[in-house]
Amino acid sequence: MKLHEYQSKQIFAKYGVPIPKGRVAATASEARQIAEELGGRVVIKSQVLVGGRGKAGGIKVAKDPAEAEKFATQILAMEIKGLPVRKVLVDEASAIEQEIYLGITNDRAAKKPVMMASAAGGVDIEEVAATTPEKIIKVHIDPLLGLRDYQARDIAASIDLPRENWREFGQIANGLWGAYKATDSTLAEINPLVINKNKKLVALDGKMLIDDNALMRHHDLAEMRDTDEEAPSETEARKYGLSFIKLDGNIGCMVNGAGLAMTSMDVIKLFGGEPANFLDIGGGAGADKVAAAMRIILSDPNVKAVLYNIFGGITRCDEVAKGILAAMEEVKPEVPMVVRLVGTNAEEGRALLADADMITADTLADAAQKAVAAAQSPGGKGA
Amino acid sequence: MSILVNKNTRLLVQGITGNEGLFHTTHMVEYRTNVVAGVTPGKGGEWVLDGKVPVFDSVKIAVEATEANASVIFVPARFAADAMFEAADAGIPLIVCITEGVPVQDMMRVRNYLDQKKVRLVGPNCPGLLTPGEAKVGIIPGNIAIPGNVGVVSRSGTLTYEVLYAMKNLGMGATTCVGIGGDPVNGTNFIDVLDMFEHDAQTEKVIMIGEIGGTDEEKAAEFIASKMTKPVASFIAGQTAPPGKRMGHAGAIIEGGAGTAADKIAALEAAGVRVAKHPEEIPTLLK
Repeated sequence: MKLHEYQSKQIFAKYGVPIPKGRVAATASEARQIAEELGGRVVIKSQVLVGGRGKAGGIKVAKDPAEAEKFATQILAMEIKGLPVRKVLVDEASAIEQEIYLGITNDRAAKKPVMMASAAGGVDIEEVAATTPEKIIKVHIDPLLGLRDYQARDIAASIDLPRENWREFGQIANGLWGAYKATDSTLAEINPLVINKNKKLVALDGKMLIDDNALMRHHDLAEMRDTDEEAPSETEARKYGLSFIKLDGNIGCMVNGAGLAMTSMDVIKLFGGEPANFLDIGGGAGADKVAAAMRIILSDPNVKAVLYNIFGGITRCDEVAKGILAAMEEVKPEVPMVVRLVGTNAEEGRALLADADMITADTLADAAQKAVAAAQSPGGKGA
Repeated sequence: MSILVNKNTRLLVQGITGNEGLFHTTHMVEYRTNVVAGVTPGKGGEWVLDGKVPVFDSVKIAVEATEANASVIFVPARFAADAMFEAADAGIPLIVCITEGVPVQDMMRVRNYLDQKKVRLVGPNCPGLLTPGEAKVGIIPGNIAIPGNVGVVSRSGTLTYEVLYAMKNLGMGATTCVGIGGDPVNGTNFIDVLDMFEHDAQTEKVIMIGEIGGTDEEKAAEFIASKMTKPVASFIAGQTAPPGKRMGHAGAIIEGGAGTAADKIAALEAAGVRVAKHPEEIPTLLK
C-alpha cells in the first residue's frame, strides 16, 4: 500500500526526522489559511500516488497567501497521470544548498533491508541507478541487529556529507530505520533530504510503501489507504479477500491460485486473446466469494467472455460451481462462459453446471482456445 | 530415493487443532505420512484424529516426547514467524511453512536467524512437499501424482498441481515435488532444490516452475548450466503481467524492469533448459 507524501512525512517526523512546517489542505481557501499561518514563501504540492508530480505542474512555489490560493485552485483542478488531485500539501519553502537521496528497501536476494544513499538527490533515483550506479551507496542492515551507528557514519562519509552534519545525519538515518521497521514498510524514502541555508538537514519529500501482508497488525496505517486512487473494482475485490488486478483485454478470468491465474492469462494470450483481469479467488473459496468475483469481472463492460479455471485442492469444485450458479442467477450474464473444473469434487461440480448455459473444457489449452473464440464471436451469447 | 521427506520422516504439525491444520493433517495421515505429534499452545494433553495424534503445548516438549524431525506450520500469518523461531529453537532440522501472508520483515528476521542455526526452511506461502507413495507434508493433493523419476520444484501452488496432473496423465511420476513458495523472502530457493535433485540417485529429470519477480530463475539458470547433468524443463508464469502490479504472490512483481518472464525464459533457454509455452506441455518436453 502506498502512502501519500504528507502521511509519510508525518510518520518520519514521529521518528525524529526533521520535516518542513506545513499541513494538508483539501480546498484552496484552506491552503491560503495555512500559507498565512506559515508566513513567507510556501510550496503547494499535489498529493497523488504517482511520481513525476513536479514535471506535470503539480508542485508550485507561492510568494504569498494570495498566490498560494491561486496555485492551490489550479492544482486541485488537475489530473496527474489519470488521477484527480484531491489534496495539496502546503509546506514552508526551503532555501536549498544540497540535495541528497536516502532510502531503505528490501533486498530480496540478500534477504536483508538495504539503506541506499546518494549525493545526487532530488532526481529520479532509478535513473541514477541505471546510468551511474556508482553514485549510490548501499549498506545492508542486519534485520536482527538493526542499523548500527557506524553504518550511518560510513554512509555520511561515502556521500561526502559535510562533517558538521554527520551527527544529524545519524539521527535521521536511525529515524528512517525506526519508521521503516515500526510500520512494516517495503520502502521508506526521503528524496530529497536537503541541507538548507542554515546548514540543517530537512526531509523535503517522503515516500512509503507498506507491506500489505502486515496491515493486519497496523490498523492505523490500513485506515490511511486512499481508495480514491485505485480502480473501484480493486477496492471491491479487497473487501471480499480476492486478489484482483484490472487489465485492458476482453476475456475475464477467474482462477484459484496466483501462479495458475497468471498462467491462465498467459495461455489466453498464447492463443491470440487478451485477458481483462488477473483474479485469484484464493484457496478454499466458497460460493459467496465466487459470486462476488463474478460480479466484479462482469462489471467491466469490455468483457466479452469469461474463463473459469479451477484446479481443486483445498478449493472444492462443487463449491465453486454453486457460486457460479448463484451469481448467474443474480447477474444474468450476457457473455459466453467457458468453465474448466479439475481436482477435488470436479465431477460433482460439473454435474451441477450440466444444465447451465456454459462451454466446458478439459485442459487449460482447450479452455483458453474456447474462450478466445467465444470472445471473438459477434453478439456473444444468444447470437 | 527422494529428497527432504520420505517414509522415515517423523512429522510434527504446528497449529494442528485449527481448521486448516486439522483438515490437512487428516489428509496427510490418510496418505500414511508418519505424523507423530501436533502443537497448539494451551491444548497440550489432547488427542486428535480419534486418538491417533497427541497434542503438545510447545514444540520443545513435543520433540522430547516423540523425536519429531520435521515440522509443518499451519498457524495464522501473524503467529507464523514465532512458530518458525520456536521450531528452530527446539532443534527441528526441517521446517515447512504453509502459511500465506507472512510479513516480509518477519521473513527477513526468520531467515537470518535460521541460517545461523543451519535449519532448512521450505516456504512460507507454499504447498509443501510430496514424495509420492511415501510422505505428504503440506497441502498438495496426494491423488494427482504418482511415484517416478522426475524431480519437481515450483514457486507456485495450483500451477504445480496442474503440472503433476499432466505428468500423471502421461504416466510420468515424481521422486519429490517441492513447493518453495511465492514470497520474496523464503527459506529454500531453486538452486538448493536443483542441487538436491542433481545428487539424488533416483531423480533422472527435473521440472522447474518459476514466475515473474526477483532473479532466482536467472540464478538457477546459471547453476543448471554450470553444475547440472540432468535434463531440466521449465515454465515461467506471468508472461502477460504488467510491471509494478503485484500478481497475488507477494514475490510476483516486476520491479524497476527486473524480473520479467522474457528475461527468465531467455536465461533458461541459454542454459539449455527446454521452456514450455503452456504448463500442460512441460511433461512432453521430457518424454
